[in-house]
This record gives sequence, structure tokens and C-alpha cells, in this order.
Amino acid sequence: MSRTLPARRVGLAAAGSGGWPGLRGALYAEWTKLRTAPETTWLLIATVVLTVAVSTAAAAATRCSPGTACPADVPKLSLTGIEFGQAVVAVLAVLAIGGEYSTGMIRTTLAAMPGRLRVLAAKAVVLTGLVLAAGTVAVAGSLLAGRLILPGHGFTAAHGFHVLSLTTGPVLRAAAGSVLYLALIALLSLGTCAVLRDSATAVGVVLGLLYLFPIIAALASDPHWRRHLEQIGPMTAGLTIQATTGLRSLPISPWAGLGVLAAWAAGALLAGGLLLRFRDA
Amino acid sequence: MSAGVTTRARPGPPAARAGFGSVLRAEWTKFRTVRSWVIGMIVAAVLIDLIGLLAVQAGIGCGNGRTGAACLQPLPTGPGGEAVTDSFYFVRRPLASHGSITARITALTGRYVSGGAAGPGLPGGGLQPGIQPWSKAGIMIMAGTRPGSAYAAMMATGGHGVRFQYNYAQDFPGLPGRASAASPRWLRLTRSGDIITGYDSADGRHWTRLGAARLAGLPATAEAGLFTTSPPYMKVTSGFGGSNGQIGPSLATGVFDHVGLSGGPGGRWAGQDIGANGPAYSGRQIGFRQAGGRFTVTGSGDIAPVVPGTGPGPSATIEDHLAGVFAGLIAVVVIAALFMTAEYRRGLIRTTLAASPRRGRVLAAKAVVAGLVAFAAGLAAAVIAVTVGVRLSRDQGQYVLPVTWLTEVRVIVGTAAVLALAAVLAVAIGTVLRRSAVAVAAVVVAIVLPYVLAVAQVVPAGAGEWLLRVTPAAGFAIQQSIPHYAQVTAQYTPPAYFPLSPWAGFGVLCGYAAAAVVLALYLLRRRDA
Repeated sequence: MSRTLPARRVGLAAAGSGGWPGLRGALYAEWTKLRTAPETTWLLIATVVLTVAVSTAAAAATRCSPGTACPADVPKLSLTGIEFGQAVVAVLAVLAIGGEYSTGMIRTTLAAMPGRLRVLAAKAVVLTGLVLAAGTVAVAGSLLAGRLILPGHGFTAAHGFHVLSLTTGPVLRAAAGSVLYLALIALLSLGTCAVLRDSATAVGVVLGLLYLFPIIAALASDPHWRRHLEQIGPMTAGLTIQATTGLRSLPISPWAGLGVLAAWAAGALLAGGLLLRFRDA
Repeated sequence: MSAGVTTRARPGPPAARAGFGSVLRAEWTKFRTVRSWVIGMIVAAVLIDLIGLLAVQAGIGCGNGRTGAACLQPLPTGPGGEAVTDSFYFVRRPLASHGSITARITALTGRYVSGGAAGPGLPGGGLQPGIQPWSKAGIMIMAGTRPGSAYAAMMATGGHGVRFQYNYAQDFPGLPGRASAASPRWLRLTRSGDIITGYDSADGRHWTRLGAARLAGLPATAEAGLFTTSPPYMKVTSGFGGSNGQIGPSLATGVFDHVGLSGGPGGRWAGQDIGANGPAYSGRQIGFRQAGGRFTVTGSGDIAPVVPGTGPGPSATIEDHLAGVFAGLIAVVVIAALFMTAEYRRGLIRTTLAASPRRGRVLAAKAVVAGLVAFAAGLAAAVIAVTVGVRLSRDQGQYVLPVTWLTEVRVIVGTAAVLALAAVLAVAIGTVLRRSAVAVAAVVVAIVLPYVLAVAQVVPAGAGEWLLRVTPAAGFAIQQSIPHYAQVTAQYTPPAYFPLSPWAGFGVLCGYAAAAVVLALYLLRRRDA
């Protein structure tokens, strides 16, 4: 993993503008780094492929046989793959900064661009753009798979299910929200890795934050405790954005849930930014 | 926290002659000299205990302002040590050490409440006709009337034909079909010392032996008689985001004639409501009538082991105190993956392989060191989580279902072994992928995500069970402490129940670890380092 390109180039830009480079220069540098790192491409492809594959498998494994109640939330079912895709997004985001720490590249980067917060902001912007693009493809593919498979498995108008369509408000909210969810997961991971400065530890911490809340909530004996855990967990709260039925029984309303995840991401980025700013690299 | 790997220059014997022992020692030295890994393992153990003990915190109140230990309602335990429901209507007479009881059952009918609040004192108006599959009426020989006493019984059931059951957990099938006036069932139990033998017959002349039970400590004068009981109506509709269970108490009525008891001091038949508590009726709605040789016995409750969700109050299992093991597992996976990938990051792998050219040994030594360290950390943490956690739960008024010490050892040691296998898997996947972040994500997603999907009921129940059969998450089955009883209707779903038996599930995880090690070995030998 060699990331050698940007330093000289941005250095030139900096010299040309008479000061240290602005956000545009930083953005350009980060875009070049991320674009040329070999794992970026295949992690983005993996995000799309795994998300669509898991969503397709979930849709294919579910049947609504005649004569029985099928209390399934069809858009949520079609977007099951997000649970899987988020792990790939977390790896991608962690490597965006963790890779620099493991090779010592971070010192070159910060020497070339002393505005450290600007570096982190540029990484966040570039990463968000990439994840939004990959997430859009993944969500579209998942919904398409659901739209093609589910009517053949008994999820028909006769059972009260409509064909998945982005023109219905809740479905659009679930789809757009899932894309935003992936982007926020990327930002949470980026901030976490900026704090921890080690890719493996950061991936472990992020996946722990995502997966432990639902497990502990499921094992907790006290229902109030369980509900609170589901309200504050980044994944349990964030994924309520996918719910289109039974909104009253959710632990937290969809947009508020996505807001909880956004707060986690903002907190991680803030902590990462402050530590990056005031700590030796 | 960048983990730097440094080996002490150990002028060892020539590489070719270095045995596995010295490779193992070299790897152990590498592990223990990296401070962040040692701290990480301690963090893993602390996480297991902290989260495990926090997750069982429950504010239990039981009315009148009482909370905590004052609310603890211990359940009776059977001869095998398991918690039992022992609640039925018994029409009995004493029985000496040699004798028998015979009865013909001509009808078994029932009524139930479909959902809503469960408990005694419900108005009879909400009852609708219908028998539960495990409503029981039959004959029984019992050591005493204290709930949890040893017993053996022959019974007709609502949906499972004639059964011979004893000591709560044992169940053997007899004649199929429901008892009715047109097709009655004859039941017989004979006692010879502490051996009770059960027979059934369709005509009262040709008897079939179903089985025999040795009831240890059966007193010289035992209780024998007719009984009826009926477990709560239960309907589970599983959907997305949770399954809804409807539960309501039920009553069953058995009609007996040709009742004969030999080998007793004689006397009148006496009716008694045994162990009335839990979701069962008591009082006016139950009892017995005797008219000529005909007995009509109405009862409610069950004679069966308690499984999670069927007890009279909230109950926990010992593995509920191990919720933190997932956090510990993630920490162990991070450290074990780094243990391998850090060698690639620093190029140390070339030195390592130059010093010990037999690459299989290096991989094996790393897997053994990572596995043993994870096992030790997991064992220490699990012992504390279970022993301290169970005590804390009881102090809070939370009843913990008792298990035998063998089961407790299996749950604790099995948990440590799951952590060890996760570490081995992480070392192997780290060797295959050579990238710590990707390896950590791959192992965590493989082990933890299927469990999340199944337990948080993100996917339908069928898909969740399938995930817990075929993915490495099957290994958590080793933590299941209460067995599945075919004669108890309950919600046998994760997290309390796994689709595979404890050892089969553990075997699936072992299989994944072994396959990953073989793949890693192949690639380590074949690829340039």
C-alpha cells in the first residue's frame, strides 16, 4: 500500500498560492490518495456486491404462503444487505486514515498540509462522496432484487403488498435513508480510526458499537433497559430509517434514529479531529 | 495504538533443527512483549464481565414497594435438580411398597383463555372450549405431595397420545390418538419397591409395557391416584422485528372409570390441588367429582421442567450473564489478527520464516499461542461472569434456572473455547488476507453478525435458524444450558435456544477454524512472504 503521489503535487499548489493549501487542494490530495489505493476500488465493489447479494438472499429465503398472515416490512426486507454492507464501508473508511498511520504516510501528509482539521475534513468529504455513490448503487440493486423476487413469493397485492416503488414516500425514505446510513457509518469509522490510529482496533471498535447494542438489548431482561439500548445504539437506532410498517412500535422514530447515528458520527469525528489537531502524529 | 513487533534476538539452535517447542516459545515471547496485546486481552476479559453484569441488571418489583431479593420466588426442583412446574389436581390414596393402580380414561376435554393476562382468578366467562396438546389426565405414583417430588405417571394427552412420564424430564410414547368414550385408554402403573412400570391398553386385556422408572428414595408409603393438568394456551406468531406470543391459562377435565388400586391400606379418595401457582387456575374451577365408579377430575398447570418463558415469573439462565462475550470476542479477534498481520506490516515475517523455515510450524505456533491466551482470558472472565452474575441476579429478585454442575462447566469452558477458536480463526484469516482491518472485519462479520441477525430478529425466524446452523455463529450453542423438551410447549428460539445441539454447534465452529487453518497453511507455503 504505497501512497506517494500527492505530497509533491500539493506542495507545488501550496507554493503557488502563497500559503498552505486550501480545502480544494486538500480535497484533491485526498481524492488522489483514495482513488489510487488499490483496496478502495475492490472495497467499493464489495460493498455493492455483498449488499445486493445478501438482500437478494433474504428476499429469496422469505415466502408469504397463502392463508397465513405475512407481517413483513417489504422495503426493510429488501434492504437486509445493508447490515452486511456496513461492515465493508467501515473497513473502507478506517483504511482511509488507518492506512496512513500504518505506513507512516500520515507524517508526510501533515507536513504537506499543516491544517490538520482540513485534512480530516477533506478525507470525510471524499469518503462521503464515494460511499454515497456506492450506497446508491447498492440500495438500488437491493430494491430491484426485492421488486423482482418478492411478488413471486406471495408478496402480492392480494396479500396487501404493493410492488416496491420509490414513488411511495416511506419506501423513498427507507432507500434514501439507507444510503445516508452507510455514509454516516463511514464518518463514524473515520472518526474512530482518527482517535485510535490503528486500523484493526478501529474496525473492532466500530463493529462492536454496531453489533453489540442489538445483542445486549436482546439478552437484557428488563424491557425499559432494552428500549433505551435500542434508542442509543448507532445501528439499532440508525436502521429504524428502513422501517415502513409498525412505526408506532419502533424504539425511536426513523429520522430521529438516523439523527442518533449522526450524533455518534459527529462525536467520533469531533474527538478524532481534536486529537489529530493537538496530538503528535 | 500501533503495535510494533519486536523479537528478542535469541541465538537459538540452527534453524533446520529448531523444534516446535522453540518456535512456540518464540511466538509466546513475541506475544507477551507487546504491551498493547497483553492489555487488549485484559480488556477483553474485563469487557466480558462488565457488560455481562450490566446486562442482567433488572429493576424487579413485586408490589407493596418490595424490590430485589424480597421478590425472589424459587421454583421447586425435581429429582434431577432442574426447576419444575408441578401443578395439577390429584385424587389420591396411599400405596404400599408393592401394588398397582389401574384406570380407564374415557374422555379428555379442555377450556382455555386465548391471550391476555394470565393468572388465577380470571372470570370463567372468557373460557372457550379446546384442549391443549400437552393437557394431561392419567394415573400417578408420587413420593409425596410436595411440589418437585419424584413420580411416575401414565397419561392420556390432548395431542400426543398416551405417554409414560417420570421425574419431569423423561417421556415415552404409547398408544396414539385421543381418549374418547368410543376409544377409551386403559392405563396401569405397578410398583415393586422403588421400580414403577407403566402399561397401556386399548381394551383392558392386552397390555403393552411402555417403560420402567427407578424412583430413588420412594418411601414405603407413597401416594397413588388420578390426576389432571393442563399447561397454558400458547400461540406464537413470528414476524419481522419480533415475535408475539399469546398466552392464557387453560383447564382440562379427564373422566375415569374402572379405577382399581391394590396394595394400599384403603380408605377414601382425597382430592388435592398440588402446587398451585403460575399461569394456572386454582380454587373453584378445579376439583373432582365421584359418582359410582366414575371420577371426573379437572385440573390446571403442568408437570414438566421449566424452560425460559414458561415459569410463573421472569427467569434467567446462566448464559444470560455471558452477554459480554461478544465484546470480548471482538477484542480477541483484533489482537489475534494483529498477532499475524503485524508481521507482514513490519516485514518481520521474512525474519521469522528465515529463522524457522518450516512455515507450518510458525502458523501452528501462532495459532496455539493466540488460542491459549484467549482461552485463559475467556475462562477467567466467564467464571466470574457466571458465578458473580448469578448471585447478583438472585439478589435482585431474578430467578436463575438451576443447572447441574456439569452443564455449568460446559457453558463456562465452552465460552472460553469459543474465544480460543475465534482467535485461531483470526490468526488463519489474518494469514490469508494479510491485512489486519479486513481480517478483523471478516472474522467479526462471520461470527457475530449471523447471531445479531438471528437474535435481534432482523431476518425471519426460519432464516435466522438457518444462519445459526451453517455459520460460525453456531458455536454459541455451547452456551445453551436448558435443554429442549419435546413435552413442553414453549418458544424455542434464540437467544435461549439454538437449532443445533451444544456440541454440534461447537463442531461447526471447529470446522470453520480447521478449514481456515488449512487454507492459511496452503497459502503461507505457496506464496512469497
